[in-house]
Amino acid sequence: MSRLTTPVGAHDHSEGPADAPVTLVEYGDFECPYCGEAYPILKAVQRAVGDRLRFVFRHFPIVESHPHAGRAAEFAEAAGSAGRFWEAHDMLYEHQDALADANLRHYGKALDLDAEALQAAFDGRYDAHIRADFMGGVRSGVNGTPSLFINGVRYDGERDVASLVAAIHQAAGARNI
Amino acid sequence: MSDTLATPANATRTTALAAGATAPLFSLNATPNQTLSLSDLRGRPVILAFYPADWSPVCGDQMGLYNAILPEFHRFDAQLLGISVDGAWCHAAFAEQRHLHFPLLADFEPKGAVAQRYGVYRDQDGTTERALFVIDGEGIIRWSYVSPVGINPGADGILAALEALQPQATQGARS
Repeated sequence: MSRLTTPVGAHDHSEGPADAPVTLVEYGDFECPYCGEAYPILKAVQRAVGDRLRFVFRHFPIVESHPHAGRAAEFAEAAGSAGRFWEAHDMLYEHQDALADANLRHYGKALDLDAEALQAAFDGRYDAHIRADFMGGVRSGVNGTPSLFINGVRYDGERDVASLVAAIHQAAGARNI
Repeated sequence: MSDTLATPANATRTTALAAGATAPLFSLNATPNQTLSLSDLRGRPVILAFYPADWSPVCGDQMGLYNAILPEFHRFDAQLLGISVDGAWCHAAFAEQRHLHFPLLADFEPKGAVAQRYGVYRDQDGTTERALFVIDGEGIIRWSYVSPVGINPGADGILAALEALQPQATQGARS
């Protein structure tokens, strides 16, 4: 059973209460179509579970397969440093067919990101963070994208809303015992 | 899960060669006109990754993942070899389309003969198990793992095994 080796912490991008009984970590790639498929499902899971869930996104760009995934991750980090990571995350997953540099710069304007800060991101300012996410994922048994961990344990079940919500409730129940 | 190739469970258990066994030698086509022999790699660790088939219908699949992790394997001076019963031309097309930068070996004729010797052939499917072997520089298997055929095993076990081969723990790869 693969387990998360890097604990969730302040360096992570998270939504939901830090003391939620369940933490769901996604290792994702912004250009991966399977992550794109999972995006609305995970939103629905968040809505269904509410404050009992903390959702964390970590980068796992597979750039040989997805040539725009690296830049997209850099874009998200640039937005994150401006406090707008999740808006960028959503924007990227809602526009997976348009992730070229020009598109990303356009999204940057829409999010009011500083053009120079975005360029610095493209020049590698956040690459160490992205690489650390990636390698932490490898060490945790990430086996493709998206990979999900529920309270630190890799989730290999079906990725539909009902199955995920059931697994999350089970994890919450286990914590209460 | 990201890998949907397979049946939910192994129908039969195989008996994969375990740590301590001598890795059976083989010579297989790595391209339509080149062969690669395990003995050529003596002196450095070898990661042998058996997988059921090229063209797994997912991205971020096992071979694509390992391709992304190659720099980490290289820090251990380890050579990664993918191996399946697909033919050399099939492998060539797959490697080109997925931009794979490591050899894919064709255990094609006689079909699955190498997988049989490693104890990871699935008679009922005519493919190999999804099985990993880490072989040391002396040709001894130091770690092996058979994953449920539908579940991509990731690379954490491989990296831990490579680290264990190092004379000192501190020589392991940094993350």
